[in-house]
Amino acid sequence: MRLVVRAAEVLGAERLIPITRAHVDSCLYHGEATVDFVERLIEGGAQVGVPTTLNVGALDLLHPELWRGDARVAERGRLLMGHYRSLGCQPTYTCAPYQLPSARPSFGDQVAWAESNAIVFCNSVIGARTERYGDFADIACAIAGRVPDAGLHRTAARRAVLVLRLASDVPAALLDDGSLYPVLGIVLGRRAGSRVAAIEGLPPGVAEERLKAIGAAAASSGAVAMFHAIGSTPEAPTLEAALQGGEPEEVAEIGLAELRGARDELTTRAGGAPAGTPIGAVSLGTPHASLFELRAIERELGGARPARGVELLVSTARSLLAEAEEEGLARRLRGLGVELLVDTCSYIAPVLRSSPLPVMTDSGKWAFYAPGNIGVEVVFGSLRECVRSAVEGRVWRDAAHWGAE
Amino acid sequence: MRGTVLAAGVADGVALRLDEPLSLWGGVDPGSGEIIDARHPQRGTSLNGRVLVMAAVRGSSSSSSVLAEMVRAGCAPAAIVLGEADLILAVGAAVAEELYAIRVPIVQLPAAELATIPDGAAVSVDEGGEVSLH
Repeated sequence: MRLVVRAAEVLGAERLIPITRAHVDSCLYHGEATVDFVERLIEGGAQVGVPTTLNVGALDLLHPELWRGDARVAERGRLLMGHYRSLGCQPTYTCAPYQLPSARPSFGDQVAWAESNAIVFCNSVIGARTERYGDFADIACAIAGRVPDAGLHRTAARRAVLVLRLASDVPAALLDDGSLYPVLGIVLGRRAGSRVAAIEGLPPGVAEERLKAIGAAAASSGAVAMFHAIGSTPEAPTLEAALQGGEPEEVAEIGLAELRGARDELTTRAGGAPAGTPIGAVSLGTPHASLFELRAIERELGGARPARGVELLVSTARSLLAEAEEEGLARRLRGLGVELLVDTCSYIAPVLRSSPLPVMTDSGKWAFYAPGNIGVEVVFGSLRECVRSAVEGRVWRDAAHWGAE
Repeated sequence: MRGTVLAAGVADGVALRLDEPLSLWGGVDPGSGEIIDARHPQRGTSLNGRVLVMAAVRGSSSSSSVLAEMVRAGCAPAAIVLGEADLILAVGAAVAEELYAIRVPIVQLPAAELATIPDGAAVSVDEGGEVSLH
């Protein structure tokens, strides 16, 4: 409770309000401080006061054989994940709790969510309300069952203050290419910082998976906790609604050149990664793949297997894996040589085989963090490009949608 | 310059002005304090013992844990001066103080004042959020 009050002071809140659920990120091991903290809570007899889901941890508890790192780190990571269960949290271990029907809040619900991509999704796509809670504050709010009445919990703060308009030189075909969305998210994060922005110019009813990709990338390149996509997100049926009748602080155009620049920066390999560049692995499912995305991967594979020596790894939630097992999808994917990882992510846990070749991904967030976290070079591409590249063992490009360059 | 106290404490150190926002998680090695973000212009610089001056924050909600772990490991910044309030870092500092009785003051200054702190300047931060250049 002391931490919740401290948070209220920082946010300038005058009172606390009740929440209906929480999502806790503190279960990911970052060193002994994370264990020291939760052991203090356990000694004090704490239990969560609202239904609480857990974010990814350090390792895949269901497939521990995938771990290729230090055994002591795995043991401490496992201990930490278990400690949070003992506080009453549900062992969901996913960064995309919004994909679990039982964990998904409703429009207007007040919640305390951590995990930067989940925060953006919760506010923007569901219209439930959370501030940008981090480790420690998340579990403190879950135990207290309350949050400071401040920031994005209040309607006024959810108003767009920045309008980003897609310029007319962005080809219509690109709007239907999955790789646009994480790139747009990177641009959004850079332009918005921590401000709420409204994006104009996307087709109405953008799919959740694409909104998820925007949010995850925007929360990596910036501190975005909420955005509006006009015609797609629930608080933005119109630009006027997103602006809550007010005037924006800033209106800017996003042109094709800026998008191409951001796309190219996601690839860290020197000289870029034109078609034919050899790759060592493909990592998909950041944030955790939905069932829809798992099915899309199977469809793109079309019965083909990854090339010899090339890993194709997909991260998802354990409960979604269970559903994929039930419909036979998981068995078919594994039969083609796809590795399925749960409870963690391939840029946190040492699971990819060591290789001097770059790793290809369709995730702006993975491309952003993997070079620093696990020391790999990254090639960015669409889901289709990633899967076909895995099959060929070298980069395959579907360049048409990005226009002639 | 008097700022808003996000985490109280007293510190002296040499300013490290970041040219771009940094996420501590995924951006800093919590065992050494070194910047590991491959895209950050100051990659390889250590935060250890410096007064970190940053106009804006970015990124992960795990940065609270990383700050607390840096305190435990003895490689945390001496103080942090921000251009905007950040709950994630403030909570990291509050937990580190609770667990290890070591304080990392965090002060928020208006952007115009923050811009007057040059990289490499000797800076002190006091209990009340007063940031002074020497």
